[in-house]
Amino acid sequence: MAHNGESKPKFAMYWAASCGGCEIAVLNTHELILEVDANFDVVFWPVAMDAKYHDVEAMDDGSITLCLFNGAIRNDENEEMAHLLRRKSQLLVAFGSCASEGCIPGLANLYSKQTMLDTAFSTITTDNPGAVRPIIAYDMPEGRIEILRTLDQVVKVDYSMPGCPPESHQIAAVVRLVIDALHGNAALPPRGAVIGAGDSTVCDECRRTRSEKTITEFRRMATFQPDPVQCLLEQGILCSGMATRSGCDARCPSANMPCIGCYGPAAGVVDQGARMMSAVASVIGGNDPKEIRAIMRGIADPAGTFYRFSLPSSLLRHAKV
Amino acid sequence: MIPANSDDVRIGVYVCQCGSNIGSVVDCEGVAAWAGENLPHVAVARENKFMCSSLGQEMIEKDIRELGLNRVVVAACSPHLHEATFRGACQRAGLNPFLFDMVSIREQVSWVNTDKGIATEKAKALISGGVRRVAHNEPLDPITVKIDPNVLVVGGGIAGIQAALEIADAGYHVYLVEREPSLGGHMAQFDKTFPTLDCSACILTPKMFTAGNHKNITLLTYSEVEKVDGYIGNFTVRIRQKARKLNTATCTGCGLCEEKCPKKVIDDVFEAGLGYRKAIYRPFPQAVPKYPVIDTENCTYFQRGTCKVCQKFCPTGAIDFGQEDEVLTVNVGNIILATGFDLFDCRRIPQYGYGRLANVFTSLEFERLSNAAGPTGGKVVLRDGVSVPQTVCIVHCAGSRDRNYNKYCSAICCMQSLKFAHLVKERTGARVYNCYIDIRTPAKAYDEFYQHIIEEGIIFVRGKVAEVTDAVRLAGEEGKLIVQVEDTLVGKQRRIPVDMVILSAGLEPRYDAKEVGKLFGISCSMDGWFIERHPKLDPVATMTDGIFIAGSCQGPKDIPAAVAQGAAAAARVQGLISRREITLEPVRAQVDEAKCSGCRICNTMCPFNAISFRADPTRPGGGVTEINPALCQGCGTCVAACPAGAIRGTHFTDEQIMAQIEGVLLRNPAREHAVEKEAVYA
Amino acid sequence: MLDKVAEQVKPFDPVIVGFTCNWCSYRAADSAGMARIKYAPNVRLIRLMCSGRWDPQFVLKAFAEGADGVLISGCHPGDCHYLEQNYKTIRRYELLKQTLASLGIEDGRVKLVWASAAEGAILAEEIDHMVAEVRALGPLNWGGNHGA
Repeated sequence: MAHNGESKPKFAMYWAASCGGCEIAVLNTHELILEVDANFDVVFWPVAMDAKYHDVEAMDDGSITLCLFNGAIRNDENEEMAHLLRRKSQLLVAFGSCASEGCIPGLANLYSKQTMLDTAFSTITTDNPGAVRPIIAYDMPEGRIEILRTLDQVVKVDYSMPGCPPESHQIAAVVRLVIDALHGNAALPPRGAVIGAGDSTVCDECRRTRSEKTITEFRRMATFQPDPVQCLLEQGILCSGMATRSGCDARCPSANMPCIGCYGPAAGVVDQGARMMSAVASVIGGNDPKEIRAIMRGIADPAGTFYRFSLPSSLLRHAKV
Repeated sequence: MIPANSDDVRIGVYVCQCGSNIGSVVDCEGVAAWAGENLPHVAVARENKFMCSSLGQEMIEKDIRELGLNRVVVAACSPHLHEATFRGACQRAGLNPFLFDMVSIREQVSWVNTDKGIATEKAKALISGGVRRVAHNEPLDPITVKIDPNVLVVGGGIAGIQAALEIADAGYHVYLVEREPSLGGHMAQFDKTFPTLDCSACILTPKMFTAGNHKNITLLTYSEVEKVDGYIGNFTVRIRQKARKLNTATCTGCGLCEEKCPKKVIDDVFEAGLGYRKAIYRPFPQAVPKYPVIDTENCTYFQRGTCKVCQKFCPTGAIDFGQEDEVLTVNVGNIILATGFDLFDCRRIPQYGYGRLANVFTSLEFERLSNAAGPTGGKVVLRDGVSVPQTVCIVHCAGSRDRNYNKYCSAICCMQSLKFAHLVKERTGARVYNCYIDIRTPAKAYDEFYQHIIEEGIIFVRGKVAEVTDAVRLAGEEGKLIVQVEDTLVGKQRRIPVDMVILSAGLEPRYDAKEVGKLFGISCSMDGWFIERHPKLDPVATMTDGIFIAGSCQGPKDIPAAVAQGAAAAARVQGLISRREITLEPVRAQVDEAKCSGCRICNTMCPFNAISFRADPTRPGGGVTEINPALCQGCGTCVAACPAGAIRGTHFTDEQIMAQIEGVLLRNPAREHAVEKEAVYA
Repeated sequence: MLDKVAEQVKPFDPVIVGFTCNWCSYRAADSAGMARIKYAPNVRLIRLMCSGRWDPQFVLKAFAEGADGVLISGCHPGDCHYLEQNYKTIRRYELLKQTLASLGIEDGRVKLVWASAAEGAILAEEIDHMVAEVRALGPLNWGGNHGA
């Protein structure tokens, strides 16, 4: 990538269907943010600075050097921005779990449009005296509720960076790499690669002791204090570490909490939920279907657990509704 | 390797008509033309009357050479019939045989459908699956394994002895392990053998002696296998040789210790509880080896600390009370299990009265009773040791062919019962009844024996005995055992008063067959017998390469069948030894160590112990999992378990299977719809 | 690309992907063929070495590619060629079914069937059953099911 020396390379960051955590994670890189500023012109970053979509539209195609796109594709606005930023960017990165795998918003794919709206606006815990319901089709591009998609299901993505949010040290490393590459001091990974993560799974970074596993009972975190040293899965906790891409330094298991799977599937794995399902089932201690079912009753929400972060990028993408 | 999505993949598709077997139902010509036009990477698609003929094979070879094919799909019969044939054709033309895939359009299409249109469409779908799959196939090299010529035979009954002798005579070394103090097994307990009525000891003893003194046999009696590691050609076996408490180097087997030992013990192994042995004993006079053992649980010295009579009298000072078990490790290339059977415990049928009514005997008790070397010197007498029975009833199928106990037929009981009838008649002149369900005498000279027994005046009652009781109801029943049975030939209930009842007990798997199976990595059937590789075509091999089975551990059988299996297993083993090395199908699981996180999910997946965990302190996760390719049987269970996708199953990779799924679904309309929809997003 | 046959068979002819092991259930299909047993043509078998190689993702893949049902078959429990691997199949099957239930996919679309090499008739019968059951459920039509 050429750095013309006259004007700095341009940086953009956008959020589609997301929570904003990814932006915080970028700011969490601390002093590095100054390097971003030193090396890039920030041309578009709705969270950090004011800019209008038409400003982006006015840019030359391919004029943004690096665009970190976080958030999933939930509605037409998201989709339109995906196409727009794709056109304007040289490097489009699906940044964070929502953009790469669909993440928590993607769990909406388990339900129908109707159920989703009912849940949001009409359940007993909702304070909605006027029974307000949003209009889901409007004579504007915004607002159409779709099944949730990942960025790469909408546009071609150069790199994906998993994590909810991506770990700040990984972000820092990626930003440094891009800066080095701009200065001709490093090569970028092949297009389509997952960056800012390892190829193995969280267990590879987890320091808990582990042995051969047989699960005879699934337990939930709220019900007991797990041993801080032993593998959580061996204690009956559905830790997703074994089926989740490494790169986070096993943060959650280190804090005596199970991995919930935010880094998505390991390298080469097609369907994170299926891999985890198969692995967990394999070590259930029982050969009789009745016995097996009794143990499995301890899994409160199988689809929500196995696909907590990756339903929209899974083989099925959504439930049948 | 050429990547699957490369333009360089060139697939040849061959559709076989199998005469009219396929051709009359499937439009083979149409299918071939369709495949050539519609399926990706197909360079040539042809059909032929008989693909397996030399002409058909030559066609493939020619195309590989001239058209530069690098993948081949044959749509014909089941791969179980001709996969090897077509792999051979590929190989002859220089194409790795694993770049071939076979699609069954005979067994799965033309033979199970009548509608030509439907059959043709199904054939297309299946071929599409094969074509998609084969594009992802990779060349594989067979795995070569050297065969250690030493052999382990477990079990010193007649089947094990036969196997050991065959192999030893062929010049290879055998470790023959027997749990009891002597070789011989059940056969050593018998007096006569059916149908020839020759003396069991007379034919067995020479074989035992030869086995015990063979230069190529290391005899390990009073020993048990504790651990088995390795794989075909390269097993390492740990054997515990229990302490006999005497030095076999100096013991001459004179038997003086046994004679002088003051402690008598009921012998419920060899004498079936009818006789006694000493605390230091040989199970029987012709025992091989000739050395006694001290039964420490009953020996006065071991129990109370004084006695040592045996030591005092031993002329060579061989007694060694301090002797410990010895554990030895041997390396062998093949293992034959001939671990035999247990007798059905007749106490489990309370209505037959065994254990409660003194004069109800089991078949094994009767064997000892009628044995000239047995506790009564071969006299057939009642439990009091004196009275000679006037009437005897032999109850067939005790514990066999009965859904309450064992559903299977124990195979030997009919002939054994006929033999008993003859012996009772011969020795006592008693009136003998045989109560049977069916008489099964299918082997050579067996039915002749049955006819002969009928002629001897034995009474046959067709009916399953309901009860044996001493509760008198009718005159003439006092002091007798009454056998209650429905005579199904005349259709009425009978009460037969007799002096003695012999229960022809069935055979059962050894009580520890499951654990033994686990130890050697083989499985048991629902009934508990070891499972052979194929019930008809591979009766002595097992699913685990290098482990063979012979004799009754595989299922109930008589002496001729056990001997035949012993010899058969030996022949199989010798065949392997003489090949020096063998090749194994390279369908294996492989771990990509870079991707393995050491989560250890897979560690319990392998019943063949191919998976192990290697600690590695340089990895935070503590280590990685390894798979021993020689132990791996290629089932792929660990591949499906691995949450990191770090285990690959060669020849059954995810890519290959996923591609085949796409292939077989190609023609589903919903799929077409999905593709169009997908295209919108792209 | 709707072919003539599919048009003839009305109203709906399901497509089912079947997974067999190499030793029992694939041979059961062989023996059904040898016995010339006629059964529904809707199942397309894929041979694995063992039902233990079968993986829930194959079912998801098949559904995503347009299958209406998936059949999994292997040796009877206790008779597995690889000793005990089909017990793992049972465990995976049970968990997959639970997960599919929360994904709204009907129970009858995935079926586990044991068939020994001799049980061609049983396999054929189970296939007929399953085809009828899936036909009653109607098309799954995953591709057309976007935009929930």
